[in-house]
Amino acid sequence: MKDDITRDERVENLKGMGCSRKRVEDARFTQGKGNYVDDIKLDGMLFGDFVRSPYAHARITNIDAAAALEVPGVIAVLTAADLEPLGLHWMPTLAGDKQMVLADGKVLFQGQEVAFVVAEDRYAAADGIEAVEVEYEELPVVVDPFAALQSDVVLREDLVAEDGSLPDGAHGPRKHHNHIFTWEAGDKEPTEQVIDTAEVVAEETMYYHRTHPCPLETCGSVASMDKVNGKLTLWGTFQAPHAIRTIVSLISGIEEHNIRVISPDIGGGFGNKVGAYPGYVCSVVASIVTGKPVKWIEDRMDNLMTTAFARDYHMTGKISATRDGKITGLHCHVTADHGGFDACADPTKFPAGFMNICTGSYDIPTAYLAVDGVYTNKAPGGVSYRCSFRVTEAVYFIERMIEVLAIKLNMDAAELRRINFIKKEQFPYTAALGWEYDSGDYHTAWDKALDTVDYKGLRAEQAQRVEDFKAGKTRKLMGIGLSFFTEIVGAGPVKNCDILGLGMFDSCEIRIHPTGSAIARLGTISQGQGHATTFAQILASEIGLPADSITIEEGDTDTAPYGLGTYGSRSTPVAGAATAMAGRKIRAKAQMIAAYLLEVHDNDVEFDVDRFVVKGAPERFKTMKEIAFASYNQAIPGVEPGLEAVSYYDPPNMTYPFGAYICVMDIDVDTGVPEIRRFYALDDCGTRINPMIIEGQVHGGLTEALAVALGQEIAYDDMGNCKTGTLMDFFLPTAWEVPNYETDYTVTPSPHHPIGAKGVGESPHVGGVPCFSNAVQDAFRAFGNTHTNMPHDHWRIWKTASDLGLHG
Amino acid sequence: MYNFEFENPSSIAEAVAALAEEEAQALGGGQTLIPTLKQRLAMPSKLVSLAGIAEMKGVSIADGMLTIGGGATHAEVAAEACPPLAALAGQIGDPAVRNRGTIGGSLANNDPAADYPAAMLALKSTIVTNNREIAGDDYFQGLFETALEEGEIITSVRCEIPEGANYQKFVQPASRFALVGVFVAKYADGVRVGVTGASEEGAFRWDEAEVALNSNFSAAALEGLALDAEGMMADIHGSKAYRAHLVGVLTKRAVSAV
Ligand SMILES: Cc1cc2nc3c(=O)[nH]c(=O)nc-3n(C[C@H](O)[C@H](O)[C@H](O)COP(=O)(O)OP(=O)(O)OC[C@H]3O[C@@H](n4cnc5c(N)ncnc54)[C@H](O)[C@@H]3O)c2cc1C
Repeated sequence: MKDDITRDERVENLKGMGCSRKRVEDARFTQGKGNYVDDIKLDGMLFGDFVRSPYAHARITNIDAAAALEVPGVIAVLTAADLEPLGLHWMPTLAGDKQMVLADGKVLFQGQEVAFVVAEDRYAAADGIEAVEVEYEELPVVVDPFAALQSDVVLREDLVAEDGSLPDGAHGPRKHHNHIFTWEAGDKEPTEQVIDTAEVVAEETMYYHRTHPCPLETCGSVASMDKVNGKLTLWGTFQAPHAIRTIVSLISGIEEHNIRVISPDIGGGFGNKVGAYPGYVCSVVASIVTGKPVKWIEDRMDNLMTTAFARDYHMTGKISATRDGKITGLHCHVTADHGGFDACADPTKFPAGFMNICTGSYDIPTAYLAVDGVYTNKAPGGVSYRCSFRVTEAVYFIERMIEVLAIKLNMDAAELRRINFIKKEQFPYTAALGWEYDSGDYHTAWDKALDTVDYKGLRAEQAQRVEDFKAGKTRKLMGIGLSFFTEIVGAGPVKNCDILGLGMFDSCEIRIHPTGSAIARLGTISQGQGHATTFAQILASEIGLPADSITIEEGDTDTAPYGLGTYGSRSTPVAGAATAMAGRKIRAKAQMIAAYLLEVHDNDVEFDVDRFVVKGAPERFKTMKEIAFASYNQAIPGVEPGLEAVSYYDPPNMTYPFGAYICVMDIDVDTGVPEIRRFYALDDCGTRINPMIIEGQVHGGLTEALAVALGQEIAYDDMGNCKTGTLMDFFLPTAWEVPNYETDYTVTPSPHHPIGAKGVGESPHVGGVPCFSNAVQDAFRAFGNTHTNMPHDHWRIWKTASDLGLHG
Repeated sequence: MYNFEFENPSSIAEAVAALAEEEAQALGGGQTLIPTLKQRLAMPSKLVSLAGIAEMKGVSIADGMLTIGGGATHAEVAAEACPPLAALAGQIGDPAVRNRGTIGGSLANNDPAADYPAAMLALKSTIVTNNREIAGDDYFQGLFETALEEGEIITSVRCEIPEGANYQKFVQPASRFALVGVFVAKYADGVRVGVTGASEEGAFRWDEAEVALNSNFSAAALEGLALDAEGMMADIHGSKAYRAHLVGVLTKRAVSAV
């Protein structure tokens, strides 16, 4: 048989890996045809919403719902007392702590859920909420974590024994009643010794402020308990639907086969939708109580004030080096503000996430990290906002320490990085804090970045600008921001990564249809990442059927195989690997079928793009389409009919994407406004599946990095009132503020991943934050600045200039 | 949002009559009032929409006088008013806000971070209501406070067209309202400087700057002139000192741009 198209055309038709295939999701999103949780409307559906605490710390002496129950349309009011008989007034958090579902005698943060009003519609619920009378007795408020560790005020009486002693927490001994855990990595004494005897030591204290992922779609759920067949269906904004099913089963006692969890379209997650929230539990209970479907949807204020903050790390660092700049040791201490409950979303054994990646991209022989988690009267959370677990904090820390060390050494910060990078030949490299970096080629990436922006030329221009400024010729200073980051993503190997005991593998199940199209289902769930596009591309390359003929489905626990969901850039490293592996199982069976059809031995056929060909005789072949048909419809001796495969993939290691970012900005000293002149981002995410989607992810991640570095924060006053509860104060950048981004890449495939891919959705955020911050700080380096805290909003930049005496 | 009655009059007289009812409130473009209602921070018994009143529409320029209907939207002002005021209106919110929000609503609301107040102080304005005329200088009376009486509506606004003017808006990054805004207008008989966003007392005229500019209309004339930080507003987006400093910087920039 002869083809009328060339091999190149056959490759092109597949739209497999490496192709900038257009996103298949966008047809429905751009036409308003997405199906989000709030789009779900069921017969007789009720609406639930919370009475929330106006106080950050108070005892609740009475809740009177009588008047609320009189309000037309109000069906029920749930309080902790109603949930207690079910054992649901508290729930486990992902961090091994427990959290009140509804206030049990007291509240620990402003906006905490106090009662759940269920009504016929949202308006009636709002009327009901106003009619619930809650008596509060205000308690002293603790908002500062350092003060919390000194304070007599006990935030969590439930964690103090009757005799006043402190039982161990989920992560070991506790030092104070407001202390949650101490988590250590590395070697304390050797590190201290190295630092004490070092030729040069730089020290810095920095605060990585509290912020929030703020996805466009807020959190919500619809629970529907079918009392006839005993089945609970729960739609929700879940980044990990399968884990939610298991958790719901464990805490409600409903058997897991009777629970169906569905994540429909999700309008952005960024970590906000990893946790389990009181609203989910209350919608379930309310549906069980009323026998009707119950919807709960956060408004913007609820979202910003109560579900899933990120960061809030107070970090102190010491970094030592030889006089010529070779780093010898790193010491890091973190005081982590976790709010009223420890609801961080991290793998169980990592209460501070992967903060121990804080040695960064550098060959640092000795290091030590200690993190103290602390309770305060703030909202719980501590999620990984567009990053793998606490990796933004770690990378920010080391990329600032490098700059501070460069200042101390009076050395160029790019050069300091270069002489300390882990060398290509050192991979796989075991870092002082324990991780085994799988691969990297940092020098190549760095040189490419510096050359592209003409780094030397920029520094010369900057030096001239400083002269001009001093001479009164300009009021603008120039900042050059550098950052080189190594991420740690793709959690993770079941041997050390689990969440609530659930191993962090992932999965893919493929079913090929007789006519040569397919459906694949995964344990992950896209929130905008474009899984339906990219996973089909992986499969297209693996099984030789066009991506356009492959449906990707995620998010329905009744149909998709079990997996731990999408966050921490784990989808491609873990589920993407499962997809490739399942595809290979399909291919192995297809090979047998092809050999049978071509009447040769299995070993005499080989895979070529979209077909199996007889080795040495490429004109003799069977296309995958033909093989698919034969697999169902032709009796093949010794081979079961059908063409399906499942793979559960437990990754042998994390993946370690890296990148080199450079930002050039001009800062108006008189107003504090930074004008971003250039932003160059080189990413190495290993094998590139869809360059267009990578670029989109990089743009989005950088924009969220700009947000966090230059203004976005969750701020509280001394009374624990959240001052940034609306978008009037919480900065969300728009196209208006966003500069042009130049993207670039190198490719260092992951050696252990089936297709060599590493994950990219979060890299730009992780690398972007220190890059923007370093640019701001670098602009003032010539005037004596070593460090100022983010967010670098206009006012704070102006204040830096003012403190340095630059306003005359 | 609580329930309310809704009325849609087509004349000023009908609107005034409808507003006589207790707890009735005027609805302009709803860009401030509707979010307030959604938060249940207001509970009017009745909303009286001004959107259908033809006599409150339009922008006209005649005899050195600019007249803007109280119901003119920001988008209409941006398209039809004299350049500096048009530029100001074009920077309010986003297109959706500008297509609905009205100058009357903005002035009635007198948000301390709103843009129009700075311009009204600088442009020798007269605020015309259903029953009187109020000089712009007497109209603004502090944060969200104005000279308007209960049930009184702004039917139009008149401004004297200056020889030259410029508005410098310094945007609060989250809300994009004015963290500080300075409107400088130059007339044959003197310079007027209107400032919004800065003071705890609301929009004001910066007298010292006006005096300095009257003798020498140049940025250099403002050198060394500083506003007292006391009395400025402070929030998470800027301290008192920052706001005071920005007023100086923006005034210079406005003067240079006139
Ligand atoms: C996202 C967003 C961004 C914004 N950005 C800016 C900005 O950058 N700068 C800025 O200045 N403003 C900004 N605004 C506010 C906007 O300009 C509003 O349109 C304006 O403040 C109110 O005008 P309105 O016609 O919408 O009034 P409404 O919201 O309808 O009413 C506001 C108040 O005025 C009263 N009222 C309305 N019309 C009249 C009248 N003719 N006579 C007497 N009383 C009346 C009402 O009873 C109410 O008390 C923004 C608003 C939003 C939602």
